[in-house]
Amino acid sequence: MAIRSLKTGQFSRSTLVGNPVIMPGSYESIATVSVGAGGSSFIDFTSIPSTYTHLQIRAICKSNQTGTSGEFEGLALRFNSDSGSNYARHFLRGSGAAASAGASTSQTFASIGLEPDTGYSSVSQMFAGQVIDILDYANTNKYKTIRLLGGFDSNNTGTNVGAINVGSGLWMSTSAITSIRFASGGSFDRGFTQYSHFALYGVN
Amino acid sequence: MPAGKTYTPLATTTLSSAAASVTFSSIPGTYTDLVLVGALDMTAGLDFWFRVNSDTGTNYSMTRLTGNGTTAASFRISNESKIYINFSATSGEQNFIMHFMNYSNTTTYKTILKRFNNAASDLVARVGLWRSTSAITSILVQTDSSTFKAGSTFTLYGILAA
Repeated sequence: MAIRSLKTGQFSRSTLVGNPVIMPGSYESIATVSVGAGGSSFIDFTSIPSTYTHLQIRAICKSNQTGTSGEFEGLALRFNSDSGSNYARHFLRGSGAAASAGASTSQTFASIGLEPDTGYSSVSQMFAGQVIDILDYANTNKYKTIRLLGGFDSNNTGTNVGAINVGSGLWMSTSAITSIRFASGGSFDRGFTQYSHFALYGVN
Repeated sequence: MPAGKTYTPLATTTLSSAAASVTFSSIPGTYTDLVLVGALDMTAGLDFWFRVNSDTGTNYSMTRLTGNGTTAASFRISNESKIYINFSATSGEQNFIMHFMNYSNTTTYKTILKRFNNAASDLVARVGLWRSTSAITSILVQTDSSTFKAGSTFTLYGILAA
């Protein structure tokens, strides 16, 4: 993707997650979901137009999984209501004590990130941050890939005191992505607490 | 429905001479996220960090994942008065991007995602927490005992959600 330098006017490299510099005007807000009192079972983006090159989702989130000791939960997504075994993912993670890596294949959702549960009582205002890129989402000739930078830090409280996560995902479909559903938990069965906030952007 | 152009450069600093710090102040609260991009080199002593709203209290913590070409590792800090962007032991061109998520809301603590790259030494991903519900209105990027070289650039962007 071409990027124009603010200083020189020169076009250069991409601006997706982890990369610097943006070309003003190539990035548009599509929709935003803010979770209100009582929480939400899912976060849904529907009727996504196919007029962009990539999608980016920027979020703060917390699982509504009830916890007492402070543990993390998965942040997962499905595209186009597809609950078939068509998802895979890899992750590289830092826990604050050790680095680890893992992968899953033939999943019914892509569990690409981590977020805190409700058990972090001393830092209850803490939310995970997530920046997720969905590349070439409208292309009907190839499978869709996802990348994520996300995590949270609890100031050394709870069982899981923090997690920084670099993730990738795959949806094995050539369909254009027209909807995205986010859920949490290991079985795509948990939602999000109040003040979780998801914003969807289109990138050209 | 697209809401229009939403990724806006708020301020850019290109150092004309070496400097120990860069400050972005009077940040408007009208955006959803902030993104700070730095491309820099340093004269010596390669540690630098950031602080927001001039808060020198021990309200910061951070979890880090790093790879140095040989091993991957992770560590964390808590109850600090600042968050390091890098501890690199090697000079050379470096860059970072920091995402201040939902920086202007007054309900949640602030989570900051960071990526740092120095091809000569390491690459790093970090997540930081500032335990305050205040909106972020200023960001200080400061070296420990060194200076950023002339030509180093720091650009702050605002991202607006629909």
